[in-house]
Amino acid sequence: MDFNDIDLRIMRATQAGLPLVAEPYQLLAEQLNLPVDVIMARLRAMQQNGVIRRIGAVPNHYRLGYRFNGMSVWNVPDEEIDTLGEQVGKLPFVSHCYHRPRHLPYWHYNLFAMVHGRTQEEVNVQIKQIAEVLGESNRGNNVLYSSKILKKTGFRSGNKT
Amino acid sequence: MTEHIFKPAYDAIDARLINYLQDGFPICESPYRQVATQLDLTENDVLTRLQTLLDDGIISRFGPLYHAERMGGALTLAALKVPQEHFEQVTEIVNAFSQVAHNYARNHELNMWFVLATETQQELEQTLIDIETQTGLHVYNMPKLNEYFVGLKLEA
Repeated sequence: MDFNDIDLRIMRATQAGLPLVAEPYQLLAEQLNLPVDVIMARLRAMQQNGVIRRIGAVPNHYRLGYRFNGMSVWNVPDEEIDTLGEQVGKLPFVSHCYHRPRHLPYWHYNLFAMVHGRTQEEVNVQIKQIAEVLGESNRGNNVLYSSKILKKTGFRSGNKT
Repeated sequence: MTEHIFKPAYDAIDARLINYLQDGFPICESPYRQVATQLDLTENDVLTRLQTLLDDGIISRFGPLYHAERMGGALTLAALKVPQEHFEQVTEIVNAFSQVAHNYARNHELNMWFVLATETQQELEQTLIDIETQTGLHVYNMPKLNEYFVGLKLEA
């Protein structure tokens, strides 16, 4: 693991986001009293080793008009899940796609795909499309909709996404 | 039946911008100008649009997205089967944990789903135990075993 003190300082300084100025890395460099080359090199290194997933925008699905957000869960054979997960993740309406553990005998779903639609009908069609991708490997599925947000905070320092 | 017509507060250029940024923002001296060139916009357009999207809450954040697990932190999704008569009480207990970042009620027998984010794996495991102890309920821990996709593609 290559995560040093400079990385931590950069992380803290960008926790709230990247400055919206023409030269954002230069501004960070001034704030942290480090050369801009170091800032850019460390950001690249963190991207390469996966500490930074990417530099980008986190959309708010609800505000984008996607009011129907479903957590679709699927039971697929473990030996096929990586191939199937990649395929499902490529569908345009899937925002998150993960392999998670089953809790047998109660919970047998191991593939999770978050889907987003403007209408219930749109989500129903999306679920059908995932089912088509999975074909006979689909041994059962369900869709869980959120009925209420009970808590939503930013992640604490050191944690995001 | 009333049809709700939703008019999103963003236009096709915003959608293109958000989509473009899903693939990663450049690391160079004038990154906004580089994005602008790619999208046939001006640097000022890109900066102004991003600021408006943030102000309007259409994007909740713009910047590096850090991977908690790779910095020593830990993250998991967990679920509880909460008896309806205790739902409010359990919500209070679970939400009181600062490690609980999100918590959603969902339409399933497993009716409470929350995301835990901690500084260490050890803290994560301890928090799960504490939640079980305080609620008296079994916690279904569902950490990700593999990630296939995280992002969003908008129709432009």
